[in-house]
Amino acid sequence: MILKFIKGFSLLLFALLILVPSLIVVFGASKTDAEVYNAPLSLPERWNLDNYRTLFESSNVGQSFLNSVIVTLASVFFTLLLASLCSFAISRMITVTGKVLFALFTIGLAIPGQVNIVPIFILFNDLGLTNKLSGLVLINVVTTLPISVFILTAFFRELPKEMFEVSAIDGASPLRIYRSIALPLSRPALGATAIFLFVITWNELLFPLLLITDPAKRTLPLSLISFRGEYFSSYSMIFTAVMVASIPMVAMYLFMQRSFIAGLTAGAVKG
Amino acid sequence: MSARTGSAPTISGSGLAPRRKRKRDAGIYYAMGLPAALIFAIFYFGPFILNLRYSLVKWDGITDSEFVGLGNFIKLVSDDDLFYKVLGNNLRFTFLVVIFQTLLSLVFAIFLVKNTKTNIALRTLYFFPTILSSVSVGIIWLFLYDPNFGAINLFFNKFGLESLALNWLGSEGSALNAIAFTQVWFHTGQMMVIYIAGLQQIPQELYEAAEVDGASKWQQFRFVTWPMAIPTTIVVMAYTTIQSFRAFDLIFTMTQGGPNNASSIFAVLIYQTVFSELRIGYAAAQSIFFVLVLVFVTVLQRRFLNTRYEK
Repeated sequence: MILKFIKGFSLLLFALLILVPSLIVVFGASKTDAEVYNAPLSLPERWNLDNYRTLFESSNVGQSFLNSVIVTLASVFFTLLLASLCSFAISRMITVTGKVLFALFTIGLAIPGQVNIVPIFILFNDLGLTNKLSGLVLINVVTTLPISVFILTAFFRELPKEMFEVSAIDGASPLRIYRSIALPLSRPALGATAIFLFVITWNELLFPLLLITDPAKRTLPLSLISFRGEYFSSYSMIFTAVMVASIPMVAMYLFMQRSFIAGLTAGAVKG
Repeated sequence: MSARTGSAPTISGSGLAPRRKRKRDAGIYYAMGLPAALIFAIFYFGPFILNLRYSLVKWDGITDSEFVGLGNFIKLVSDDDLFYKVLGNNLRFTFLVVIFQTLLSLVFAIFLVKNTKTNIALRTLYFFPTILSSVSVGIIWLFLYDPNFGAINLFFNKFGLESLALNWLGSEGSALNAIAFTQVWFHTGQMMVIYIAGLQQIPQELYEAAEVDGASKWQQFRFVTWPMAIPTTIVVMAYTTIQSFRAFDLIFTMTQGGPNNASSIFAVLIYQTVFSELRIGYAAAQSIFFVLVLVFVTVLQRRFLNTRYEK
């Protein structure tokens, strides 16, 4: 009885702890500042998009949104391409090379790229890759390769070997086996990895902060940070910006909860 | 299909053509692995080695660098109170987050392990913060923690608990704890889902047998659930540890390490050493220490949990 009460109470409490702050933001984006401060929890007097309009007119959030879309799509695409090719090769190599290659990526998992911020900043400066979206794509690919190779190699290793061997005997080249057997079969694993990559790339702050100073090249998280600096006291505007930055991921989450949860836990478990 | 397997014997019988094909195939496999390996070598291990080199010099990034040998490391270890403060912060932050996040996610996983409609809905809700960005989460909690109009203090004041209405992020005593709380809020749902996957693997018969033997709920947890959940616990704790070391985004958004560096962790310190103080060599030395601490904590944790596991 007491146990049941504790269980119900703690479940409800944590649910409220997530719901209430989320609703404050959703409501706040349709409120004036006075409303936000006086009654953060109440429904807005009138649902409207005024704040969104002001936001897009008075700041370059629109540009940042576009930059984020470009950087995320390109990063996820190239990471998946390179990682799936490499993982397939690793899983098919019987030699030491495959093992060594895999071990190198594992080091990258244990020691996050953050420890390299000093040399990466200097290196990218020297190579002229700062203030460029392509520079961000490159560093995103580098930091997400280890986890992707890890997940995909584990998946390829579980596929029955005979399937590949039969086609190899038939004279199919490795590239053909990769394209017409391995890739189609690994759609679920690729999907899970893609979602994981989408979320972390879309939300990444550190490297944009390091490499981008030009306001026109900002991604959304970076834009959000500087926006907060400017609109320090206007939480209605800040919440509107938070909404704009979160809506794509939230919408995807609502439609594909299962794949999202699978993807984001695969990233953790395999990592 | 049968025609294909039928051709197999001729392969092992004749020699040259398939062997040449195998050699060619091996070449192609190397070529497939190469782009990823090359990019990773150049932009991950390359900077890593550069870091070692920078750690031996004194350099502001503008004028010529000056070779100082192990000077940066000596100064770091023997004469830098800030460094020790940040080391302590980082360890405390990691410890708090790992303990509370693991505990909470295990408890919620046990509560929500059955696949009922309500449970699935609650899981979806608990998991939700994971998909948000650290910046968004940081901003939301900046508002909640605000001493003047934040929801948390409004709540305490309303219920006559004024003594609890603190300046959460503004005072040295509470800033790091407040951020740790936010981090737990942020990722408990993610770890809970991992636990649920692990708990659902436990054979139901074990619980039935325990019930027949008259085991109480607590005994069932103690002698069935917990031993069976240790492998998952290892995964959860290892992941949470790395995640907490990576909390740069959240801390940078909420306090930038302040007040008076009370909530600074390694990544924030390194960032500030480079960009506010322009001490590149010194920041490189800090990064190398960061790696050592991370490796040390990870190894220690594995050993601790593995010995528990073997018992």
